[in-house]
Amino acid sequence: MPQLEQTLNELLKLAAEHFQVPVNELNPDEDFFKKLKINSLQTLDLLTKLEQRFNVELPDYELQGVTDFRTLAGKIQARL
Amino acid sequence: MDSFKGNAISWSLTEGIVELVLHREPCNEIGSVTLAELERFADALENSGPEAQALILYSRLASGFCAGADLCELFRGIQPLKAEDRSNRVRDFLLRIHRVFNVIDSAPITTIAAVHGVVFGGGFELALTCDMIVADQTSRFCFPELRLGLIPGFGGIPRMKRDIGNGLVRDLLLTGRSINANKAAAVGLVSQVVAPGEAFRVARSVALQATKFDRQTAQVAKEFIKPIPYAELQEEIRLFCELMGRPAVEEALRKFVESTDAQPYLP
Repeated sequence: MPQLEQTLNELLKLAAEHFQVPVNELNPDEDFFKKLKINSLQTLDLLTKLEQRFNVELPDYELQGVTDFRTLAGKIQARL
Repeated sequence: MDSFKGNAISWSLTEGIVELVLHREPCNEIGSVTLAELERFADALENSGPEAQALILYSRLASGFCAGADLCELFRGIQPLKAEDRSNRVRDFLLRIHRVFNVIDSAPITTIAAVHGVVFGGGFELALTCDMIVADQTSRFCFPELRLGLIPGFGGIPRMKRDIGNGLVRDLLLTGRSINANKAAAVGLVSQVVAPGEAFRVARSVALQATKFDRQTAQVAKEFIKPIPYAELQEEIRLFCELMGRPAVEEALRKFVESTDAQPYLP
């Protein structure tokens, strides 16, 4: 099983690719909704991409209130 | 079957395949305009001859297949009404949409929903009327109605129960969470998962294959394996209208309509 830091790095890479921003511009502790200006459709799209990439099921309600990549990586890690 | 170009939907018949396309921005929300055009489609489908051998439902919009009922229209429509009148207005709408969905469900031809992106609420229910769902990998399926103090009202629960186990039905219904295409395929809701943007092309391939078989035999097979749960559908309408009269529903609708949240379908 990958460590949390590995999951976080993978998550940042995926987000950078998905939202077409340089990975070094993404801060693990920053509010990614604000940073990337994600709307509801993009949230769903990201959720699908995360589930596919990490081969996990992420119920939407577990991600409510999650706004930074580090916490999101923890939620994914818990299901690996 | 004549072609039709409407404000919310259009249809045409080519090579024995009826193609019904949804194209009402932002995400094919089903309100009075869509309903009226769907009723016209149901009439045309009922009166179609042997030249129609398969049906594909799909969306032309990038946002997805269908986000369900037009909640803004519903909210505006019920606001000035008393509780009893609200229930009556909603019952009328539900009876009409159920007739349309039952016509599609029982059509004597093979029916395929080619879906992508948002397949929520009434959109999910529309897809469930079809014999098969071909979903691209961007698809997400969800019943968010409990957030509004309601249950799905377009036949979703009885039709989903027809296809999958009650455990997942309760999970989706009682949590309002969404599932992706792979999960939907794993539990038997979706028959084929395809690459993004490929659902319609694959659905056409499925439909063309279906047109090779005798229409009457296909109809017998459908009636045998896919009975319409009429009694449960009627009960669903009754329960929905009962819930609709409560003040909590108006408040939940207001909150949803005014929400700018990134996950507005969850409480």
